[in-house]
Amino acid sequence: MNRARNALGTGVGFVLILVWCLLPVAWIISLSFKSADETSVGSPQFLPKNPTLQNYRDILDNPDFIDALRNSFGIALIATFLSVIFATLAAYAIARLDFRGKRAVLSLALAIAMFPVVSLVGPLFDMWRTFHLFNTWPGLIIPYMSFTLPLAIWTLSAFFREIPWEMEQAAQVDGATSWQAFRKVIVPLAAPGVFTAAILTFFFAWNEFVLAISLTSTTSSRTVPAQMSFFVGPDPFNPPYGQLATASVVVTVPIIIIVLLFQRKIVAGLTSGAVKG
Amino acid sequence: MSTATATAATPSSPRTPTKAAATDRAKAENRLGLKLVAPAVILMLVVTAWPMLRALYLSTFRYRLTTPDDREFQGISNYTTILTDRLFWQDTLNTVIIMVVTVAVELVIGFAFAMVMHRIVFARGAVRTSILIPYGIITVVSAFAWQFTFSINNGWVNSWFGWLPWIGPNTNWFGDHWPAMFAIMVSEIWKTTPFMSLLLLAGLSQVSEDMIEAAKVDGATWWQRLWKVILPNMRAAIMVAVLFRALDAFRIFDNIYVMTKGAQGTESSSFLTYRQVIEQFQLGMGSALSVLLFLTVLLIAYLITKFFRVDLAQARGEG
Repeated sequence: MNRARNALGTGVGFVLILVWCLLPVAWIISLSFKSADETSVGSPQFLPKNPTLQNYRDILDNPDFIDALRNSFGIALIATFLSVIFATLAAYAIARLDFRGKRAVLSLALAIAMFPVVSLVGPLFDMWRTFHLFNTWPGLIIPYMSFTLPLAIWTLSAFFREIPWEMEQAAQVDGATSWQAFRKVIVPLAAPGVFTAAILTFFFAWNEFVLAISLTSTTSSRTVPAQMSFFVGPDPFNPPYGQLATASVVVTVPIIIIVLLFQRKIVAGLTSGAVKG
Repeated sequence: MSTATATAATPSSPRTPTKAAATDRAKAENRLGLKLVAPAVILMLVVTAWPMLRALYLSTFRYRLTTPDDREFQGISNYTTILTDRLFWQDTLNTVIIMVVTVAVELVIGFAFAMVMHRIVFARGAVRTSILIPYGIITVVSAFAWQFTFSINNGWVNSWFGWLPWIGPNTNWFGDHWPAMFAIMVSEIWKTTPFMSLLLLAGLSQVSEDMIEAAKVDGATWWQRLWKVILPNMRAAIMVAVLFRALDAFRIFDNIYVMTKGAQGTESSSFLTYRQVIEQFQLGMGSALSVLLFLTVLLIAYLITKFFRVDLAQARGEG
């Protein structure tokens, strides 16, 4: 009796979670198939009357959007790559070595994770213009790296602590060179952690908005979220719903693919980084 | 939590040297450690501490980028201007309301989701995948999705919820303060609940089943088990989740920028700061706002850690 009620509750919860999480996604997908004619007269029903691919053709023909997509991928991937390298070094030291200031490093990372990004907009805007970093890729990559480092360092140091490092020596005792021991034993053990940190870092850089609108001025470095927020179409009182929804779907596809492939790793990374440390 | 702390707090350091050989090796290890963390630490400081100090300096000037030569030292007058301005307090109040409401709602929904994810025996992957989609989605996209949901011409809220007495086909959600705040908060809650629920799930999975079972045998009701056994044992996890989300919610910007651009008095502290610096080029005044924002965040972090009485470093296993 009690068990049946529990199972029922879990089942209902399961359905609620799916609806809650996926309804807005279904909504933008549906909206992306509505024609401009349909949305301009008002179309409150959920599904499109006459589904059309016109929005997809338009958005993929829009040079500003393609530029933004290129910038987003470039900036996010470079920031992720560099951030993970720096974080790996730091996390290795934190997990494996005894040195003074270990606590200070972790406290600093913690403080930066909670830092109000907007409060840097003014000074960075000023500094970046002096250093000619305003409206460039590095101008966004550098701050993205420093804001993703805390999360990457936590996640990685949590993973590295779990690695049985003795195996490295064991391999050496068995006759492996230190390079072989590192490559064949330690790298495969550390790779999942590094990969998880990379995914979380990529999500941050892909999502970031405040710095993206403040430190860029043209499509040469503007990322997708920034470009979308400026994309109002010809009539400011009637935003191009369909096209904005289409752009939303296009930039959400990479996220969905990553989530589908690496769901387990992301959950492990998020929880180990923040709770277990 | 306690078990994980214990394992995490004892990092296996097989190379920890014995006392006799200590000095040289320890020194070398110390040096190597510092070298390895240096790049990350320098990078983090260059982009945060240095600009923050610069903001502190600039905040004492009257400094507008459009008239850079007119820069003049003013002492604390920027701060007195801000602190006596109604708009500043209105925006701070908005931000605090958004923070408190979203975190409270997310705590409840997030905990319910965590319970379901903890209990569920089938389709675990499906639940986790779908819960990660809002987490991964761009905030701007979430804001657009919800803006269109609440749109008067093209949204489905008015037609689906028309049976509620205060919603009609012409309810303009972005025409008034509270409905607009509501729409903003819905988007914020949708996007960030997954993060909260995953942190709570991690805490939940560390509560010992034996303890819950023991309470059950002793005749505790479901409600008693929840409040007397499960929640107290998750205190550290709840604190971490609340702290992270509260400070994140306090920075709210993207949703407001996309959904209302601050209209109907829905501006947040972050939005005000952004507007001063980027739209009005008031670098002096904007810097003063930045400093105040930073101090507020510190204060909130302090209050939350005090409230939960958990040492954060300890909670993270860094005794």
